Amino acid sequence: MKIAVCIKQVPARDAVLRLNAESTWVRETDVSFEINEPDIYALEEALRLREKRGGEVAVCTLGPERAAQALKEALAKGADRAWHLDDPAFQNLDAYATARVLAAAVARENPDLVLTGLQADDDGFAQTGVILAEMLGWPHATIIMEIQASEKALKVKRELEAGWFQWIEMPLPAVLTIQSGINKPRYATLKGILAAKNKPLQKLGFEGLGLAPEAVSLRQKISKIYAPPKSGKTEFLEGASKEIARKLVEKLKNEARVI
Amino acid sequence: MGDEVLVFAEHHGGKPARAAWEALAGGQRLARDIGAAVATVVAGEDVAALADELAGAELSEVVALTSPLLRDYTPDGYTAALFQVIEQRQPRFVVFSHTYQARDFAPRLAAREGRGLIGDCLGYRRDGDRLVFVRPVFQGKLCADTEFVGEPPYFVSFQAAAFREDSVQRGAAPARVTSVAASLTPETIRAQAGEPFREAKQAVDLTQARAIVAVGRGIKGPENLELAKKLAEALGAELGASRPICDSGWLPMDRQIGSSGQTVAPHLYVALGISGAIQHQVGMKGSRTIVAINKDKEAPIFEIATYGVVGDLFEIVPPLIEEIKKKKPA
Ligand SMILES: Cc1cc2nc3c(=O)[nH]c(=O)nc-3n(C[C@H](O)[C@H](O)[C@H](O)COP(=O)(O)OP(=O)(O)OC[C@H]3O[C@@H](n4cnc5c(N)ncnc54)[C@H](O)[C@@H]3O)c2cc1C
Repeated sequence: MKIAVCIKQVPARDAVLRLNAESTWVRETDVSFEINEPDIYALEEALRLREKRGGEVAVCTLGPERAAQALKEALAKGADRAWHLDDPAFQNLDAYATARVLAAAVARENPDLVLTGLQADDDGFAQTGVILAEMLGWPHATIIMEIQASEKALKVKRELEAGWFQWIEMPLPAVLTIQSGINKPRYATLKGILAAKNKPLQKLGFEGLGLAPEAVSLRQKISKIYAPPKSGKTEFLEGASKEIARKLVEKLKNEARVI
Repeated sequence: MGDEVLVFAEHHGGKPARAAWEALAGGQRLARDIGAAVATVVAGEDVAALADELAGAELSEVVALTSPLLRDYTPDGYTAALFQVIEQRQPRFVVFSHTYQARDFAPRLAAREGRGLIGDCLGYRRDGDRLVFVRPVFQGKLCADTEFVGEPPYFVSFQAAAFREDSVQRGAAPARVTSVAASLTPETIRAQAGEPFREAKQAVDLTQARAIVAVGRGIKGPENLELAKKLAEALGAELGASRPICDSGWLPMDRQIGSSGQTVAPHLYVALGISGAIQHQVGMKGSRTIVAINKDKEAPIFEIATYGVVGDLFEIVPPLIEEIKKKKPA
C-alpha cells in the first residue's frame, strides 16, 4: 500500500506569540516550530499500516524553507521519502488553495491512501484534508480513531460527539483526517536519524507542479489578528503562593460557598 | 443571484439538533443585516416532521430535501444533495453550525461549488459594507478577522453557542415547506456509515459530581497526578482531565471532559494546567464556579474562570490543599 501523509509545521505549543508588524499573523522569527500534533499521529498510523501491509510512506508538506525540518523528522521516524512544496507563491494560502496545491502533488504520485491531521493548531481550518479529497475525487472520512485496511478497502472508526463513534467503510483510494490519540507515536531513533540523511527529499515549486496561476487564488483572507477581547469577569488572585491559597479558599468558602 | 441566506439544519433522532437552532439564529441575523431572505434546508429520507418543526421559525421557506439514500448521514450523500439545492437557489450565504457533521462535509460542499468556507466563527460584524467574520486561531489564543474573497455563495460555520438557540425568531405563521427530491444513485455514496455506538466501558459518571478537579497537559507527567488527586480528596471532588491526558493513557477515557468526552456542570470546577481550548470549554463552561490555575496569563481558560491564578500549579496546589484542610469543618 502506498500512503501519502500531509503534515504541517506550526509554532510550538508553548510558544509566546507576538503579532507581526501588520497584525496579520504571528511574528515567525520569534518562535520555534514543530510538527502539528494530529499530523504526528497521522504519520504514525501510516508507518504502522506499512509495517502491517507493506508498501511505502511518503510525507509531504507545503511550507517555507524551515518546514524541511518537519520532513527530516518524519524521515527519521521511518517515512521513506518526502516532498517539500515550497514556492513564494505558496505563502499564506487558505485551506482551498493549500488543498489545490497538495492535490497536484498527490496526483503525480497516485497513492492508495492519503492521511492528514484533522486540523492544524495554528490556523485551525480543519478543512484541508476534506477539500483535498474533493479535488482528487476520492471518498473521505474525518476525525478517525482506528484504521483497518485491506487491499482495496478501508474500515475506519470515526469519532462523533460526546464519546460516540461509528464505523465507516469505503473503497480505496481515500483520504482520512486523523484525530490525536489514535495511537502512541514513536520517537525517532539515532539509527533513524542517520538513515534519514540518505532518504530522498524532493523540492517542488509552482512550476514543477504544473499549476495554473489561479490555483493559488484565495477565497478567504485574514485582515487582522489580535488577542481575544477580555470579558473582565475573572477575578485574579495575586500574591505569594500561600497567600493566594488562603484568599482562594476564603472566596470558595464565603463567596462561592462551594466548600 | 438570489438574495438568500440558506441555513443547514442538522438533526439527530428525528429532532432538529440544538446546532440547527443556533445556525438558524445566526442565519436570521445575517439575513437581517444584509437585507436578504432566510431559508433552511433539512436532509433525510423522510423529513416531513422535522420540516414542520423548523417551519415555526421566521423563514421564507423550509426545503425538505429527501432521498432514500439520505437515510443516514454520509459526506458523499449530503454533499451531492446539498450541491443540487445550492446550484438551483444560488444563495448568497450558506450557514452551518461548526459541528462534527459540518466539519465532515461542509468544506467538501463549498469546494465542489469552487468556493471557500470560513469555519468555526465566533461571530461577525459589519464594517461599512464589508462583513468581517471572527474566528479563533492558535487554539483560541488569538482571534482572526477574516473576509471572503471572490464571488458568492459564501459558506460560513459558527461555533457552538455563537448564537443562542432561544434567540431564533418565531414566525407569525408557519413557513412554507417545499419538498425537493435529491437525485442520487447508490454509486454516489462511497463511504458507508455504520450505526453510532459507545465504547462499552463507562465506569465514571462525572455529570453527577458536585466538584471536579481537572488536569491538563500542565501536569507534565503521570507521576504528578497524585498531587491533583490529593486536591480532589481535600475538596471531595472527582478527578477529570483534558483530552491529551486521556490520549496519553495517564487517566482513562471516561475521565475526559469536553466535546468528545463528558459534559459536566458541577458547583466547583478546578482546572489545573488546562489551556481552555473550545473543545474543552464546551464540556465544562456550565460549571457554577470555575477556578483556573495556569502559568500563561493569556490562556483562554481565564476568559470563563470565576477565579484565576496565574502561576505554577506545582507551587500553588500544595498550600491550597493545606488551606482547604484547615478551613473545612471536620
Ligand atoms: C474534534 C476535537 C475534539 C476534541 N475533544 C476534546 C475534549 O473532549 N476534551 C478536551 O479537553 N480537548 C479536546 N480536544 C483537544 C483540544 O483542542 C485541546 O488540544 C486540548 O483541550 C488541550 O489540552 P490541555 O489544555 O490539557 O493542553 P494544552 O493546550 O497544551 O495546555 C496546557 C496548559 O498548561 C499550562 N501549564 C503548563 N505548565 C504549567 C504549570 N506548571 N502550572 C500551571 N500551568 C501550566 C500551559 O500554560 C497551558 O495553558 C479536541 C480537539 C478536537 C480537534
